[in-house]
Parts: sequence; structure tokens; C-alpha cells
Amino acid sequence: MATLQSLDVVERSATTVPTPQARDGVPKLAKLIDVAKCIGCKACQVACSQWNDLSEEVGQNVGVYDNPADLSANTWTLMRFAEQQRADGGLEWLIRKDGCMHCEDPGCLKACPAPGAIVKYANGIVDFISENCIGCGYCIKGCPFDVPRLSERDNKAYKCSLCSDRVAVGLEPACVKTCPTSAIKFGTKDDMLEYGEKRVTQLKERGFQNAGVYDPQGVGGTHVMYVLQHADKPENYVGLPAEPQIASMVGFWKGLSKPWAAALLGLSVLGAFLHYVTHGPNEVDEDHKNGEEV
Amino acid sequence: MKMNRRQFFKIGAAGVSSSGLAMLGFSPREALAEARAFKLARTTETRSTCPYCSVSCGVIMYSLGSGAKNVKGSIIHIEGDPDNPVNRGTLCPKGAGLLDMVKSPNRLKHPEYRAPGSDKWQRITWDEAFERIARLMKDDRDQNFVQSNDKGQVVNRWLSTGFLASSASSNESGYLTHKVIRTLGMVAMDTQARI
Repeated sequence: MATLQSLDVVERSATTVPTPQARDGVPKLAKLIDVAKCIGCKACQVACSQWNDLSEEVGQNVGVYDNPADLSANTWTLMRFAEQQRADGGLEWLIRKDGCMHCEDPGCLKACPAPGAIVKYANGIVDFISENCIGCGYCIKGCPFDVPRLSERDNKAYKCSLCSDRVAVGLEPACVKTCPTSAIKFGTKDDMLEYGEKRVTQLKERGFQNAGVYDPQGVGGTHVMYVLQHADKPENYVGLPAEPQIASMVGFWKGLSKPWAAALLGLSVLGAFLHYVTHGPNEVDEDHKNGEEV
Repeated sequence: MKMNRRQFFKIGAAGVSSSGLAMLGFSPREALAEARAFKLARTTETRSTCPYCSVSCGVIMYSLGSGAKNVKGSIIHIEGDPDNPVNRGTLCPKGAGLLDMVKSPNRLKHPEYRAPGSDKWQRITWDEAFERIARLMKDDRDQNFVQSNDKGQVVNRWLSTGFLASSASSNESGYLTHKVIRTLGMVAMDTQARI
């Protein structure tokens, strides 16, 4: 997409005017996180903070390996560790790299009331344009994966940008590049789906009968996908929703009611104008001219 | 603020129409031409080797400025070297955070010496350090060098000193280290790769 980022914006928050787009050959991109290959080393977390010039305060141990304990305005990706008991009694350690999923139908963008604060590029990346952010936090409510976080310092929302600046010049995201076990892959969405299917076949051969690719259709598919050993139980991976959906209230207000309200508003303005043209301004009696009480 | 009914209606109408226009998408904000600039676009790239463990991953250090006379360069970013066959661009969490080591106030930047029995480190120059190492090696070698064994065979062994080599060396510097150490007759040689 070269560096003509503004010309490859396909969706902008709180904007009904369609974005002009001359190029339609921009490939859809995706990141594939292979949970079965991840060793939980957190190199992706470090690479992310280094690239984006973020540094988290040194916190407290909360009794689990998650460090820091949660996503924040300074932690855009986080390894979440889950211990699960297998059917045969053994333990299983499931490690999920949490962060923005870059939905094809982004709930954050839909919920956002600030024009241009959230954009979706033609390649599928959903990016927060902080200059336009008003810090209302609606994106947090709109997100089916609970990803964006408000910064306490500047009151703007932050999340993973899928390194849109790197991708714009033809590089891979920082987390992808650093991953020592190749658990994070990056490429076109088609290639990643194909690779994911290959991995699923391998996992099934190794006895993970329910292995699968996590690409939830409830949000139109995502540009960050997972290969899960147990795709039938995504909630085992520390709160990964089985069927993520944009919250019904966000869908109602921003999806259903907004065009109707806009039409109503437009019609009433038009009606007022026509009324003015046909009837003219309301003449005031001489007695009431100075705003006196009747 | 004091206003009559008529003024109130006017203000209300203006508010509704302006917010209505914004809601209909006629917002004045233009999209930014480049929302995020690529921060390494004009940096200087320098190849190096990660100093942490014995795997010795290749890294690229990106430094500020063009190298012009009036610029003091400074490393602003480090990431894996995709052309290095050891790691092909990947780095572990320690390696990925190398910049923090480079910028650390606790980083060792010059030779230090702790005298026997002392509890303090004192800063010495590189010349003093090399001088002292060479002096001690020479004294020890002169004293303990074994030229021949019991049967009178020439062995040229120096058994009382060992050498710990770097695992981050290239093939060439590893070859040279080996040559120098063996030429002196030293037998005990190891690298950090064994740790």
C-alpha cells in the first residue's frame, strides 16, 4: 500500500461519506498465531514495546506468568497463560498472544463517534489515529475482544496497529519478525489460511482431533488468526470468545438507528426549509416585539 | 445568560443543523497523508552480534543521523538480522530488548580491576588492563612451561593457565584465538558456548 496510507483507507469512524479508493488490487493481509508452537517467551511483547516506543511500569507478580497482568495503553500485546486439565488427567499449558484481532467488521470503528479516529485500511489493518481520538472509550465497549485501553496520561485509546508503519513499507510486524519458534506468521490472508489448514492437519495427526483455525465469522473474519489445538473450546484460551459479536446496543445505535436518525434529521431540516419557503417567517405582533410576557 | 424565546429557538436550530451535518458525514477533518511515519527510513544500519548467550544471533543496530560530521550518532532501534543464518531475523525477549542494555546506566563501558582482598572495583585504562594480563601470563608461562615429558619427548605444554574465549566470535576471529592460544602452548581452552 506504499505510503499513501490516506488513499487506502476503506472505512473511517463516524463518517458516512464513502472513502474514495482508486486501487482495488491491495492484498488482504493477516497474522497467524500458532498457539501450538508458542513457548510463551514473550519476545513478541518486547519487540512490540521496542518498536512502538512503549514501556510499561514495573508491576507486581500476580501469581501467574502473565506479565504485565493485563493489556494497557503501553502493552499492546500480552501473553496469556492458561493451565487446563486434560481428559486423561494431565495438565495442558495453553498460551495465547492477546491483542487486537483486526476484525474485517471492526466493532471499535463502528462505535467510535470521533470522525477519522479509527480507520480501516484496504489491507485489513484497523488503526487508531490518535490525533483524532477524543478519549470517550466507546471503542472499548464496541470491541468484542476487550482490547483497546485508555491512556491515563493523554486520555486517548491505544491498541496494536499491526505495525501499519512497517507494513506500509513492505515489512512484517515487529512481533512476527522476532518470534523464535515461528509461532507468529505473516502474509496474505489467503496464504495464512492455507498455512493454518496445513498446521491443523499436522495437529490432527498428532491427536488433537478438534484443532482448527480461529477466524470468527461473527465479525466478518479477522486479520489476526489463531491455530488452536482445541478450536471447539476457544474460551479455554483465557477468554477467547467462541462466537464474538459486536455488542447488540452498539449494533443498534450505530448500525440500525443511525441511518434512520440521519434521514429523520435530514427530512426535518428539509421540512423546516420548505415551511419557511411556503409560509415565510412567523410575524410577531407589535405588542410582543420586545420579548415581553403576554 | 439571558435570552428570549426567539433567540433560544435560533440557537437550538443552529446546534441541531451543525451536529446533523457532522453526523451526516460532512466533518471538516481530512485524513492524514501518512498517519505513522516509518521511523527507520533514514537511519544508519550497523551489523552486530547479540552479546547475551552463546547462540550469538545477528542483529542490526539502527542509529540516528546520516553520519555527517556535526551529528552525534545514537542507536535508536535494534532488531534481528534476517540475513544472519543463526537466527534469520528472530530474537528472544532478551535480544529483542537489547536497546535497553545499550542505554542502561549500569552497563560496563571500560575495564575495571578488583585487587585481591579488596571489595571495590577501580577503573583502569585498556592499556593498563592489557599490560597486566600480558605480564601475569608471561610470568606464569615462564615459571610453569613444560617443554618435554618424562620420556624426553617435546610437548611444549602450558598447563597452569586456561583461556575462556567468546562464543560471539566470527569464524575468523575464532580461528585466530585458537592459533594464538595453541601457539602459546595453552591446553585448557573453552568458550562461553559451553555454559
